[in-house]
Amino acid sequence: MKTVARRLLQLVVVVLLSTLFAFSLLRLFPGDAADATIPYGTAAQKAQFRKDNGLDKPFLEQYGTWLGNLLQGDFGKDYQSNTQVADKLEAALPVSIALMLYAQIIALAVAIPLGVFTAYKVNTKSDKAINAGAFALLALPSFVLALALAFLVGVKWKPDIPLIGQLQVSGYSPGWLEPLFGQPGGDLGPHIATMLLPAISLAAGLIAVYMRLLRSDMIATLQENFITMARAKGLTDRRILWRHAFKPSSLTLLTVAGLNFGTLIGGALAVEIIFQIPGLGTLIYQAINARQIVELQSYIAIIAIGYVLINFVVDALYVVLDPRIRRSHA
Amino acid sequence: MPDEPLQQFVGQAVDEGRPVDPGTIEISAVTTGPEVRRLRKKGLGIAGWLSIGWITLVVGLAVLAPVLPLDDPKDVTTAIARRGPFADAGTASGHLLGGDFNGRDMLSRLIWGGRTTLVVATLSVLIGFVLGGLLGLIGGYFRGWVDTVVSLLLDVLLAVPAVILALALVTILRTQPGTTSGGLDPELALILALGVVSIPVLGRITRASTLSWSEREFVTAARAQGAKHRRVIVREVLPNVLPAMYSIALLGIAVAIVAEGTLAILGASVEPDTPTWGNMIAIGRIQLERAPHIVFEPALMIFFTVLALNFLGDAIRALFDVREGAL
Amino acid sequence: MSEHPGIPLLEVTDVATGFETARGLVRSVDGVSFSLERGHTIGIVGESGSGKTVLSRSIMGLLPHKGVVRSGSIRFDGTEIGEASPKEMRKFWGDAMAMVFQDPMTSLNPVMKIGRQITEAIHTHLDVTKQFADELAVSLLESVRVPDPERRMGEYPHQLSGGLRQRICIAIALACGPQLLLADEPTTALDVTVQAQVLDVLAQQQRERFMAVILVTHDLGVVAGRADDVLVMYAGQVVEKAPTATLFRHMKMPYTEALLRSIPKLTEPSHTRLAAIPGRPPDLVSPPPGCRFAPRCPYAQDKCREEMPPLVDGDTPGHQFRCWFPVGSTPVSIGPSTGEIA
Repeated sequence: MKTVARRLLQLVVVVLLSTLFAFSLLRLFPGDAADATIPYGTAAQKAQFRKDNGLDKPFLEQYGTWLGNLLQGDFGKDYQSNTQVADKLEAALPVSIALMLYAQIIALAVAIPLGVFTAYKVNTKSDKAINAGAFALLALPSFVLALALAFLVGVKWKPDIPLIGQLQVSGYSPGWLEPLFGQPGGDLGPHIATMLLPAISLAAGLIAVYMRLLRSDMIATLQENFITMARAKGLTDRRILWRHAFKPSSLTLLTVAGLNFGTLIGGALAVEIIFQIPGLGTLIYQAINARQIVELQSYIAIIAIGYVLINFVVDALYVVLDPRIRRSHA
Repeated sequence: MPDEPLQQFVGQAVDEGRPVDPGTIEISAVTTGPEVRRLRKKGLGIAGWLSIGWITLVVGLAVLAPVLPLDDPKDVTTAIARRGPFADAGTASGHLLGGDFNGRDMLSRLIWGGRTTLVVATLSVLIGFVLGGLLGLIGGYFRGWVDTVVSLLLDVLLAVPAVILALALVTILRTQPGTTSGGLDPELALILALGVVSIPVLGRITRASTLSWSEREFVTAARAQGAKHRRVIVREVLPNVLPAMYSIALLGIAVAIVAEGTLAILGASVEPDTPTWGNMIAIGRIQLERAPHIVFEPALMIFFTVLALNFLGDAIRALFDVREGAL
Repeated sequence: MSEHPGIPLLEVTDVATGFETARGLVRSVDGVSFSLERGHTIGIVGESGSGKTVLSRSIMGLLPHKGVVRSGSIRFDGTEIGEASPKEMRKFWGDAMAMVFQDPMTSLNPVMKIGRQITEAIHTHLDVTKQFADELAVSLLESVRVPDPERRMGEYPHQLSGGLRQRICIAIALACGPQLLLADEPTTALDVTVQAQVLDVLAQQQRERFMAVILVTHDLGVVAGRADDVLVMYAGQVVEKAPTATLFRHMKMPYTEALLRSIPKLTEPSHTRLAAIPGRPPDLVSPPPGCRFAPRCPYAQDKCREEMPPLVDGDTPGHQFRCWFPVGSTPVSIGPSTGEIA
């Protein structure tokens, strides 16, 4: 219990610090924020802007107000299009979340069998080949893969090859997550058609990381005594691999997968833009172009908070899932 | 006591990374003596030398760019606009890799772009190396409340995903495109932003390494001889921590190159006129259908450079892990 | 049921196992022969590096394939299994031949419940319902004297004590009623107080099931009273083999004598020096030409160092030893080292 309390405290502190950090970035902005955000506004409008965003008040008070607003769901305004950021977020969040989820699922679905297989066949030709492939995949940035896929599918293959050629290279069709955010949902088919390529672009790098991680954990586990014991029971190799070796080896993988949501966000931004998916990435892109700093600030804060929360949950889960860890604290 | 030869045999196999028997779950020896020993010393294979070769080529071209007989990357020759590499008749010879959609020479843009990209990546990792390394050393060596503060600092920097943080910093720091006042030169802003992002990465590895090395007896011995902290850190701890730092730094440069690309697509890199590999991709994206080479030539440059850096970073780490194991 | 009543269950003939390593071929087992009848126990005794664990793994067939050189014959119930592939051996493992390993903590899967680990062994070889397997598992736990067996079924290894864990390993080994049980240092990782408990369970199960048992240990005290025959190994070779009583009373090999002397006795005054055997076992890649124990033997003579003594018969039937100048036939009691040559 004490550790849980301590971790919660850590969580709160980190959330506060990172939102403070995000907040102060705006205040550090050289030049006048009002000029940048509403360049064509009247003096009165700019004054109103400064008042609305508390630019005339002391720093900490500003921060407090801003944080309070944030927690109540007021994320500020996009002054260029005069929309509430909260509304934009409602539409964009399910898209980005779905994208990252799909990427993780694809990555795990491919990496887990590959990881187990290569651990089983360590140092054979297939293992070496797969490892080399994974290494190369690591060097391939997701946006490069995204562009390559967009080109191949959208340009070269589209007219000729069925099914794959029909995958959409731009645009978006809503799916199952939207209703949770109060947005209209859509059919699964068109939704997947728009999301599959972006998800694959993001998944590729993950596959390489996950596969290597699982492989090395499996190799270590396979050398343990209880594996020999399992053999001595007469169990088949396949059963030993999946029922005995996989579970203890998969813990690190799951932790890393959870933590990877943070790294995914970065890649997801670029992929969204390339495939014209209206997620958080596109919003950020537009905000930068339109110099909407207030809006940008909220996005950064949201991402920071989400990331911290996910890390916290993953850390907690790790302790719960591994009975050995619980024991080793004794 | 387990039977020593069997345990030794098993342990040896694990240490030397010997293969597991295919079709069964076992550890097995591979060959006799000389080959196995050679494997350890060999380190770099053909892949290693290729990597070094590529890096040398890229760095060499980057450094020599001003003196090479290249076209000005900003020079427009409409004739070659959107022409692919090794192009068709009609394009001027000497435009080996084609032109971009404005008509600027791709080869020259690639080389100048490489120069800018590498400068940005290297300088930012350097910032991370120095500042992050310093923090890591101090935290890992002194421990206690010093370490708590250092860890907290690093954790805060890590709390925001790297790309987002870099994005925010670049946006804040640079002069807005189209304006002239307020803020830094975009290239400088980029370097600082990526630098700040690299601090926690290098900080953590330095700290972890320092923590482990400071516990060793030769450090205690040095202190017992009356050496001051600074001397102990510099002469005893630092040399042992550096290899891990070098390895991560090389990998970090690779990451920085990719990050520049991501930022470029988000519109947060240098101005479009100045080429960087990321920039070229971001701009060329629009013409993907008609002139894919504009995107894929810099993309390939990124891919091979990152591949080479990854390989070398890994190799360095493997090399020095061996030394660690011997202790 | 045996197909060939009258022949021993296990016949090991001139078995040798070597590992190809960086330094050369390590001859861990260098020509070992013995036979074992049903219902009998043989103790294989030796220090670390003597080859006893490798021998037990060789008999089971649990060694890696690559880099391992094997020779000799191993016949189980008349069938030659020395060259069998893992696939072929799988039919025997857990079914006709079972093994208990040294460290129960690492032999059990840490993230799998105990009950599952037992029933898994059952389901592998027997076509039974889940309920039957569960009940069988509980009765197995009872037979190895695990208290509160139903509760244990749902627990994890780390929740149990070492002695309990080892008894559970025994239960797992017995699950399908093996004819041969190999116990590789079953009590070494346990407290002394618990050792007797586990060994008693083993002995009881053996009687009830009429199993053949191979008991591998470095501790002569463990085999006293629990084994019918004892095989003493040193540096990969058999150096003495005899029925237990004969071994303790009429030992011939100085190594056996030294082993006996090194057992600490509870009745000795405290702080009595442990009589360890000085020196180290020989290099198994290129062992010395003569007797392998010669460098450490207090009685060694030139002939011992030059010529390898063969395994010869002793006075009593079933007694073999490997020594040029065997110990005198005066009985030796298990007591403190007197420093004299008895």
